[in-house]
Amino acid sequence: MAQGRWWLLLISRDTRVIVQGMTGKAGSFQARQMLEFGTNIVAGVSPGRGGEEVHGVPVFDSVEEGVAETGADASVIFVPARSAADALFEADDAGIGLVVCITEGVPVKDTMRVCRYFEGRARLIGPNCPGITVPGECKIGIMPNGIHLPGRVGVVSRSGTLTYELVELLTRNGIGQSTSIGIGGDPVPGMSFLDALSLFEKDEKTDAVLLVGEIGGTSEEDAAGFIHKMSKPVIAYVVGITAPPEKTMGHAGAIISGRSGTAQDKIYALEKGGAMIASGPGDVVEKVKRTLAKN
Amino acid sequence: MKLYEFVAKQLFRKYGIATPEGEVADTPESAAQIAGRLGRAVIKAQVLTGGRGKAGGIAPVTQSNALETAKRILGMSIRGLQVRKLLVEEDKSPEKELYLGITIDRGKRRPVLIASRLGGVDIEEAARKAPGSIIRTHIDPLAGLFDYQVRTVSRRLGTDVGDVAFRLYRLFIERDCTLAEINPLGVVADGSLCALDAKITVDDSALFRQPFMEEESGSPEAIAKKHGMSYVALDGNIGCIVNGAGLAMASMDLIKGFGGEPANFMDVRGGAGAEDVADALSIVTSNPNVRAVLVNIFGGITRCDEIAVGIRDFRRRMDIRLPVVVRLTGTGEAEARRLLLSTGVIAADSSEDGARQVVALAHQP
Repeated sequence: MAQGRWWLLLISRDTRVIVQGMTGKAGSFQARQMLEFGTNIVAGVSPGRGGEEVHGVPVFDSVEEGVAETGADASVIFVPARSAADALFEADDAGIGLVVCITEGVPVKDTMRVCRYFEGRARLIGPNCPGITVPGECKIGIMPNGIHLPGRVGVVSRSGTLTYELVELLTRNGIGQSTSIGIGGDPVPGMSFLDALSLFEKDEKTDAVLLVGEIGGTSEEDAAGFIHKMSKPVIAYVVGITAPPEKTMGHAGAIISGRSGTAQDKIYALEKGGAMIASGPGDVVEKVKRTLAKN
Repeated sequence: MKLYEFVAKQLFRKYGIATPEGEVADTPESAAQIAGRLGRAVIKAQVLTGGRGKAGGIAPVTQSNALETAKRILGMSIRGLQVRKLLVEEDKSPEKELYLGITIDRGKRRPVLIASRLGGVDIEEAARKAPGSIIRTHIDPLAGLFDYQVRTVSRRLGTDVGDVAFRLYRLFIERDCTLAEINPLGVVADGSLCALDAKITVDDSALFRQPFMEEESGSPEAIAKKHGMSYVALDGNIGCIVNGAGLAMASMDLIKGFGGEPANFMDVRGGAGAEDVADALSIVTSNPNVRAVLVNIFGGITRCDEIAVGIRDFRRRMDIRLPVVVRLTGTGEAEARRLLLSTGVIAADSSEDGARQVVALAHQP
């Protein structure tokens, strides 16, 4: 990782980013958006397209070459689901420290294998996620430009557009963010809520954390026990109270299985863990505002 | 994707896991014929839901009552699902019933083998009533299931399930399952193991490399899927069209919070264009219960002006009177507002405002 600054949350304006799948439609469009944000994109990777350029950025045939030529230390993945795992293994083998996988529809078996392979090595955010943004510094992913404001609230969420909506609301109300992380809507995510809360607890730029959860799995419950141990307040908002059981609600991971994974369980666990529970987007802003005023 | 029991059992046999002898029937006559050939038999309704036993969809039969029983079960509907197929199997009368299943532990990011002496009942029920009876073994997804793990499970279970466990794990991994469950796993008279029931769920994201046929149907869910959208029907009367699953659930919760009931979940996904929105509107309004519709779009890759064109064209084409509340924010917002000005849709300026307005409209007599 880039020296000196990455203690903030994983990335800074010095982070050197590779875009895997940059010659594709989504990869090229989002690379331009990231460049406009100010992200330091140093290379693209597309097998068979080495030597080309996209938006003035050199494209390499492999991540290894890209790293050797540019010293890249983070990667963002836009390759199709069927080859996403391969791209992830390749990034890790090339020594990339932070990999953000945007691709939706990666088979869960592939993700489990990647997570196992990455243990003690690269950090993974996603798959099926909007990525990570440090306002004024760096954006790796697909969060829209122009909604963020530098500040002191850490945001972590399993959702995409709901995160954008909340971040924009915070910004419109003059509440800036230290880092926003979308951990993604898949059943098995790389970074978990617990991982993100631990990072925010250590981050000197963060004063409070907004956690946005949804039905399915136990990621919210697993993080709830940690909130008591934190010195920073956590505001939590969980969606899917109206979701019926055994139906996948858009995100592959958003499904109530049997009796587990309901919004009510998550809200109960988070509240017991010491989080403040918000009832809607407007209430999120109110609670964050009040929390910051108290500190 | 959930597989029917008879499809799951075919898969079991392919992987060398024993199942009772049996055949599928779709008429009472053929069911009775198969039962006659098998002697003591069980007739099992083939529907993709639990609770078949409690609903009376599983029944042991004799030669004399097979026809009548098959007729009764074929006429049933279980949890809203019409029974169209029966599995007619030999009745194994096991001496012991165990539980053996593999699923994904999302928190640990690994497959987990679950075994229990208390087979035949809902495993979640068993876990609550007798937590000590559940044996859990996590499996390294790169290295696979180890011999020692299966030995330990067998010892604690008091029955050697080694062979079945390895076969089940191979099936689970090779066929991209998120659940492969044998409940009950019967220990029959000669001491051998037999999978009396079979539940398999295949990862939807892996269907591109798994040759399972998707259920063909004209349901709104299937139509939405074909259009790259995600739709789930609910019991309320307020139609919802939202981009993004999280925002869609948030919108539904807000509707509920204001005293309304959502009629559906719909995620139109990023980058939806004018035609996608028109398709979404026609799917959502095909539900006769819908009295008002909320469209909630956070524009980014999805352009608000494109969405507005879709709404305008749909209203012109279909001449619907249904009130539509639209909340559009982000890319192309100003143009979208101009486009919708003369169409009679109601503008909202936040998710909360949209939910409040649509609930009020749905409540109007």
